[in-house]
Amino acid sequence: MSRVALGLGASLRATLRRELQLAISSPGKIVNPLMFFVIASSLFPLSGRLDIDVLGSIAPGIIWVTALLAVMLSMESLFRSDYDDGSLEQLLLSPQPLYFHVLIKVLGHWLVTGLPLVVVAPLLGLLLNLPAQGYVPLLIGLVLGTPTLSLIAAIGTALTVALARSGVLLAVLVLPLSIPVLVFGAGVVDTALNGLPVAGVIALLAALLVLALSFAPLAIVAALRINVQ
Amino acid sequence: MWQWFYKLGSPRYFYEMTTGFVPWLARATFLLLAIGLVWGLGFAPPDYQMGDNYRIIYIHVPTASGAIWIYAMMAVMAAMHMIWNIKVADMVAKSCALIGASFCAVALVTGAFWGKPTWGTYWIWDAKLTATLILFFVYVGVMALRSAFDSETAASKAASVLTLVGVVNLPIIYYAAYWWNTLHQRSSELGVRDASANPPEIWIPAVFSGFGLIGLIFVIIILHTRNEILLRERRAQWVQELVKQETGNA
Repeated sequence: MSRVALGLGASLRATLRRELQLAISSPGKIVNPLMFFVIASSLFPLSGRLDIDVLGSIAPGIIWVTALLAVMLSMESLFRSDYDDGSLEQLLLSPQPLYFHVLIKVLGHWLVTGLPLVVVAPLLGLLLNLPAQGYVPLLIGLVLGTPTLSLIAAIGTALTVALARSGVLLAVLVLPLSIPVLVFGAGVVDTALNGLPVAGVIALLAALLVLALSFAPLAIVAALRINVQ
Repeated sequence: MWQWFYKLGSPRYFYEMTTGFVPWLARATFLLLAIGLVWGLGFAPPDYQMGDNYRIIYIHVPTASGAIWIYAMMAVMAAMHMIWNIKVADMVAKSCALIGASFCAVALVTGAFWGKPTWGTYWIWDAKLTATLILFFVYVGVMALRSAFDSETAASKAASVLTLVGVVNLPIIYYAAYWWNTLHQRSSELGVRDASANPPEIWIPAVFSGFGLIGLIFVIIILHTRNEILLRERRAQWVQELVKQETGNA
């Protein structure tokens, strides 16, 4: 038994290391979603002569929507190269429980694509005139919310991995399912800006994360098994 | 019971069993809808506040709640397809997506027509409206995913997985819509009307049209599924014999 457990830990570490190394070897994977996040957010103030206070009040929504889109776009590549070169097949054939492999893979991907978004979010807050009391709730919300978004997007990615052009389809599948995260994520900041206690909303976001951590890998594995025959 | 269940899972049995059944169901549906709509639209007394405007409820309410129950049915079918690999269940699920999306659209459009004179706006970001809109998006997603695959097997399995993911997500979406709505202090005018306060002349036609639309759901699903069976089983001998028979008679 202990040998199996050891084998699992070692192989999970290897999966994580591989995911990180692949990301480092192609920095575009990290930088592009980040640039998308910054550019897309800065389009909003340019799209109309917005009152500076109005801009500040819709800043949480802008940041969350563009973060959602950035996460989704970055996830498109999650299983793609593995599918193309056959390593996904090997992963599915491996004796290790797929649940954990998929989970580690998504979390590894989140570390290189989701976490950087959290780091630059305060900068966007500055650009969008987010009031001072909004920054901490924004960061807490993004830390709890973006992994959930990654997991939901990974379900869509897994479902469409065998399709040649999946970009728009992925959005149609994933965006409606991501709405609760968006509502509660932007809701954390909104609640804070209204001077109300945020603990309850943060707890809801955390609950969504726990739910996604427990169930999303099951859906991802089922979806991958459909596409890899 | 179990034997019946397995038999119904066979496309041929489903097709042959519904051949005799569907015309009767269609007649009953037509009768119920005719009574409900003629009575409701033509003879029920006008509302003292909204006048004739309220009559849209004879279509709007059944389609809006039907859209939700159709998703539940689609999810049960998707689960049956995933667990027991029952092909008919998947075909039923496919028709559920189509009719569910249509019902959402009808509910949203009729609601907009009702909302304009009553609330003064076609659309408001009310929790119920928002949730129905998102349900429509989810239906569209399921249909889009299914149509993206070339292989029938992969398409049906993928659509089933997405449907089941939606089942976990939809209650959360509904909750989120209500939570978000209360946060922003937008009034929920839909709750103003108390159904129990209506006189029987108003709600009895609504019962007729409600059951009529339930009948309509099943008629459409069964007809759609029968078409799907013929399409997918077109190489089977019984289908080819059936076609020969039908074209021979014509």
